Amino acid sequence: MSFSWARPYEPKHPVMRWLDERLPLPRLVYGAIGGGYPVPRNLNYLWNFGVLAGIFLTIQIVTGIVLAMHYFATTDGAFNSVNQLIMRDVSAGWLLRYAHMNGASFFFIVTYIHIFRGLYYGSYKAPRELVWMLGLVIYLLMMATAFMGYVLPWGQMSYWGAQVITGFFSAFPLIGEPMRVWLLGGYAPDQAALTRFFSLHYLLPFVIAGVVILHIWALHIPGSGNPTGVDVKEERDTLPFHPFYTAKDGWFAAFVLLVYAIVTYFAPDYLGHPDNYIPANPLATPAHIVPEWYFWPFYAILRSFTIDFILPAKLWGVLAMFGSILLLFFLPWLDKSPVRSGAYRPVFKRFFWLLVIDVVILGYVGGAPLNWWRTALGQLASAYYFVHFLVILPLVSAFETPDPLPSSISSSVLHGEEAEAAPAGQAKPRGGSVATAG
Amino acid sequence: MRFILGFIGSVFAAILLFSMISNLATYVKNPPAPLAAEKFHKEPKELRLKSDGPFGKFDKAQLQRGFQVYSEVCSACHSLKLVSFRELKGLGYNDAEIKKIASDWKTQVPSINPDTGEPATRKALASDNIPAPFANEVAARAANNNALPPDLSLITKSREGGAAYIYSLLTGWANPDTYRNEHGEKLPAEAKPGPNLHFNPYFANLNIAMPPPLTSEGQVTYADGTKPTVDQMAKDVSAFLVWTAEPNLENRHAAGLSVAIFLLFASILGYLAYRQIWHDAKRVVRVTGALDPKNQAKSKSAKAKQGVVG
Repeated sequence: MSFSWARPYEPKHPVMRWLDERLPLPRLVYGAIGGGYPVPRNLNYLWNFGVLAGIFLTIQIVTGIVLAMHYFATTDGAFNSVNQLIMRDVSAGWLLRYAHMNGASFFFIVTYIHIFRGLYYGSYKAPRELVWMLGLVIYLLMMATAFMGYVLPWGQMSYWGAQVITGFFSAFPLIGEPMRVWLLGGYAPDQAALTRFFSLHYLLPFVIAGVVILHIWALHIPGSGNPTGVDVKEERDTLPFHPFYTAKDGWFAAFVLLVYAIVTYFAPDYLGHPDNYIPANPLATPAHIVPEWYFWPFYAILRSFTIDFILPAKLWGVLAMFGSILLLFFLPWLDKSPVRSGAYRPVFKRFFWLLVIDVVILGYVGGAPLNWWRTALGQLASAYYFVHFLVILPLVSAFETPDPLPSSISSSVLHGEEAEAAPAGQAKPRGGSVATAG
Repeated sequence: MRFILGFIGSVFAAILLFSMISNLATYVKNPPAPLAAEKFHKEPKELRLKSDGPFGKFDKAQLQRGFQVYSEVCSACHSLKLVSFRELKGLGYNDAEIKKIASDWKTQVPSINPDTGEPATRKALASDNIPAPFANEVAARAANNNALPPDLSLITKSREGGAAYIYSLLTGWANPDTYRNEHGEKLPAEAKPGPNLHFNPYFANLNIAMPPPLTSEGQVTYADGTKPTVDQMAKDVSAFLVWTAEPNLENRHAAGLSVAIFLLFASILGYLAYRQIWHDAKRVVRVTGALDPKNQAKSKSAKAKQGVVG
């Protein structure tokens, strides 16, 4: 692909040769995730989470398609179709439903690790700006899909979550309320909203899959980044994706699926909210309306605006909440440091961990019932979030003196003594000992 | 552009910090008094059931006793809409027993008269869901001082604390005039139950419309000879309601164990394969075998010892 030493596809079987001459699909796969894609040899386990996100997207699509075969998108039938038909009568319906419920959570867990990996190692910097931005588009689509999926069982949190989230639109003056009514097809979530949420919940995962293809395509132009942030310079800096990274991704995927299976089979409702086992009731508001855990940090930012300053507090909250994601699109231009990897940026590194703690605090505040100190803590944490990205990051990148970088990827993973043991150019790209016979 | 973004960020941060200071100031000026509900609300008591934990299985004798409590006591007001009679097989009843339970059920199933087409009722079949005690919400409220008895099918999943909460609630009613919390405080007048309400510290706002349903030992007579104390009946019906909410629990636990073992082996084998594949790649530039300078030195000294020239 991008490197001159990338191995070209050579069909071995006549059938594959026949196919390759007519439709070079095997060639495409070989170049994308096979032996024809050279990958930096020093990737750590944080580089496994993109593949894992793809695995969870697949799990969601497969379980979701089967669940849709048994689901009724009606306000009278939705709750019972999920909680009686699917959970009790459909063969292994409980497994499909729990796998889908927890699959959404795990999709977000691995995606968050993937995003924070990108933040730490500067994966958003040139020449991978578009990879980063396409990733953010996937993330936004995931949030929309997850929100609409949570509405489908038509429990109390489904209903009131839909009420709150569609209520964001009414924060905008003049056009807000008519837009909300138009989007919902009514004044409150009802049959019209449920049917269109179901339709979109079925559509968007395929849109995500499409953007994932663009994300991977854009990634394969410069090739994967690596923990040093140093560019690939020569053949010995890389290993072919297959078998090296397929083996690494493979065993780690089995391990993460083990964790996922343990949650799905033994604590399936741990990540959910009990109120969603109560059928939706427009006349009874739950004591604490909370979204799913993966929205908690944003919910905390939304709720942190408590005073009307020129604009109403609610509008500030909505603007800040959307702004908190949109600002990530500007990251390649906010952080101008030429050094990609946070490992060689002593000041950046400290602020990065502060950001991680900050987001965890926001998540906690967003999920817990409000009281005076949680409100204050949430306001402080929200303020830091914006200051971190929009003020601290540009300043740090302007004034920080980075640590010296390794001269190459291979020199960073191989100790000096060993590197000297082999004359330059003698090392084989595929590994293996140089020496054969004496 | 960075200046504009920095400005926007500062505006957000300034508003947030200002809100924080004004909130804290309000709190310092008029600290909110703790609500009675916070001071008197109790967390659920501990309840251990055989279905707990990753390898839990139902105690079928207990489920049958719990079903008996439901059908003789709770079902006067509470429906079990999502549960069908045929599912009672999971409690250990056979087909004939289930047919009998269904046809003897005190409420019949709405139907039509086959000759006139007029609304009628018929005896329940094994395939029917358990009929609700009231025809609709209005009827339920009319019979219960305008309170709506919730459906119990998913009650242990829809309440924080699950079965332990149900058990605590069922044994938690107390006299509001003599009740004292763990600090010895008496219930303030404003927290005392209003008309048709009953004090129960396990209920979120302390006062619940449901009067105590399990009031005396021997309210039901257990066929298996278990002593029907209030505590025992509450435990049994809580265990039964775990089953109604999650009838596939045993399947889930068994399947989960097999899947976890499979994935554990897959991870271990996959890891070993990964180590094998990467074995040489991790040492790519280290010369091994006969060309390794260490080995060359060794063989040289060995040859020298043996007097071989080479």
